[in-house]
Amino acid sequence: MDESAAESDPLTILIADDSDSDRLILKTLLKRLGHQVLDAADGQEAVALFRAGAPDIVLLDAMMPAMDGMEAAREIKRFAGERLVPLIFITSLSDAEDLARCLEAGGDGFLSKPYNRVMIKAKVNAFNRMRLMHQALSDQRDLMHEHNRQLLEEQHVARRVFDNVAHTGCLDAPNIRYHASPLSVFSGDVLFASPRPAGGMLVFTGDFTGHGLPAAIGAMPVAETFYGMASKGFDGSDILREINQKLGRILPKDMFCCGAMVEADFAQNQLRIWNGGLPDGWLVHSSAASYRLPSRHLPLGILSADQFNAEMEIIRTLPGDRLLLMTDGVLECSNEEGQLFGEQGVRRAVEGLGSTRHPFDALMTGIRRFTGHQKFGDDLTLCCLEMVDEAGLATLTEGAAPSTLAGPTEWKCVYEIQGSTLGEFSPLPLMLHICMEVPGLRRKSGEIYTLLSELYNNALEHGVLDLPSDWKYTPEGFGRYYSERATRLGKVSGHYIRFSFHHEPMQWGGRLRVVCEDSGQGFDFQSHPVLQATEMAQSGPRYSGRGLILLKRLAESIRFHEQGNRVEIAYDWYF
Amino acid sequence: MVDKPHLDEEALAELQDVMENEFPILIQTYLNDSKERIESLKAAMNVGDADAFARTAHSFKGSCINIGAPHLGELCKEAETAGKNERLSDVSPVLQAIEEEFQQVTDALKELMIRGTG
Repeated sequence: MDESAAESDPLTILIADDSDSDRLILKTLLKRLGHQVLDAADGQEAVALFRAGAPDIVLLDAMMPAMDGMEAAREIKRFAGERLVPLIFITSLSDAEDLARCLEAGGDGFLSKPYNRVMIKAKVNAFNRMRLMHQALSDQRDLMHEHNRQLLEEQHVARRVFDNVAHTGCLDAPNIRYHASPLSVFSGDVLFASPRPAGGMLVFTGDFTGHGLPAAIGAMPVAETFYGMASKGFDGSDILREINQKLGRILPKDMFCCGAMVEADFAQNQLRIWNGGLPDGWLVHSSAASYRLPSRHLPLGILSADQFNAEMEIIRTLPGDRLLLMTDGVLECSNEEGQLFGEQGVRRAVEGLGSTRHPFDALMTGIRRFTGHQKFGDDLTLCCLEMVDEAGLATLTEGAAPSTLAGPTEWKCVYEIQGSTLGEFSPLPLMLHICMEVPGLRRKSGEIYTLLSELYNNALEHGVLDLPSDWKYTPEGFGRYYSERATRLGKVSGHYIRFSFHHEPMQWGGRLRVVCEDSGQGFDFQSHPVLQATEMAQSGPRYSGRGLILLKRLAESIRFHEQGNRVEIAYDWYF
Repeated sequence: MVDKPHLDEEALAELQDVMENEFPILIQTYLNDSKERIESLKAAMNVGDADAFARTAHSFKGSCINIGAPHLGELCKEAETAGKNERLSDVSPVLQAIEEEFQQVTDALKELMIRGTG
């Protein structure tokens, strides 16, 4: 292809005329203009020369023997295909119908006899301009097709990579229902869910400003951070802080991520929620009225670490309560008149619920009815999480089988946090990480995390902070418990919590011994009902019944020392 | 009704300019072509093929106009019209006129060539 063809470049021109003298004149005229000429005496010859010589422009006598000009024109146009080869009829026809037939056969213009030098030059130039313009357009179109194909292919690959990083986690758990477009990653929406090592779940819904590749790129580190930290036992606030900082660092100024983090604790029947810039979440109670959870924070990726507030709102729930989270796409659904579904639409769907209707179905039906489509916008994400009994829910998959490479088997480690650090930092992920170095313990990360977090939370809340656990069991006490916890944490000083680990190999596998000591008051473990008898007790001065039972169930042995502020457990694992 | 000149001097001058050395070849080609066409017209008339008659007259007309023989072109047009209207019965006079005019054009062109080369 002569892509850089200029208007002044010589052309190859095919002429066909059965009159020898006329052909001679035309051929000479065109040669004088600097063009190369192929000449044919009839239609058949013209078609053959066209195939062989690939001319740029064709001048064709309308009436010729062997093959009529019209027929030759049709053949030539068919053979040229997408290429525009201007075809000019040489004619002394003057009848309008005859001329129309020439155009229908594919003619682009006319040239009449007698030949006129100036006219021929002007015509050839004009049609050549048209040809070049068409060629430039075709080339650009081909280039665009190629770019588009490449873009789609890249999106496909990006999608595969993204799916590997941002798998759907535990979104298919029976207590979660959601709608997300299959290509939502390119619309800027994300939805992740992960079980926590010690039970419970974390769910994150996000909506990036912008669309396409930039949004998808931003979603990658969020997915990696979320799943990575969630499986290591970090809580929602920790993960939010990390995501905020990461996005602030990598995203351009005008890009950020609206999002909501939900931490569900099924055992204690509570939800923690953080909403930064997403539409109101809704908690739909199984019995009482619904409860709105509006955004109280700026989106992620805007504030610096010291300005960012990752504190999550704590809500007491009952089994069967359902939490609805959604992205802007839900509010922005429009009907044929261009009206938006809006908060009003959501409110109507949620408040008009019968007692048996699932809020997810109600909202989806509401949107479908409103938009009048079975399929709607791509950037619409809706997620409903139900508070259920934890039993029967998937827990973190018991990682890969223990490596044949021996990890550390004989080791000791003491980790102590002190003073104000107690109020600011959770040592659990780090301690879990240390234990996970032992291949035999890696499969048991959930149990180890549960043990450590029970020990730590007990030492902190009931030891260091001296909070009575029975407060948590009444609705009034619940709020009081957490506000008191926050107040006391802010003022804590002179205290410590010390963990001592000792792991040794056994012929059956290994034994991990953990001693947890705190600087608190301790408690009367001698008379604690759970320690006295096997039946459950709902309250105790120090360990809540559930926590202690969990420890007893998971650990080989549990012993209390001193005034009850030193607990020692042994945990065995088997090959 | 036919009042055009035998030769269009201006058109011929331009052709001479364009064709340069090949001008005599062009004239010779035209004359040979035309003779053939007159024979074709006669043959078509004799077998009563009105369509062939009209087509030949049409082509003949085109080359006459191009070469600068407008009067002959005009006569060809008359013949073409008669052929199109399937009036071959009364084309004999036109054909006669075409032959006479062609003789005139031939003489004039030959004279022009002699002048041109002289």
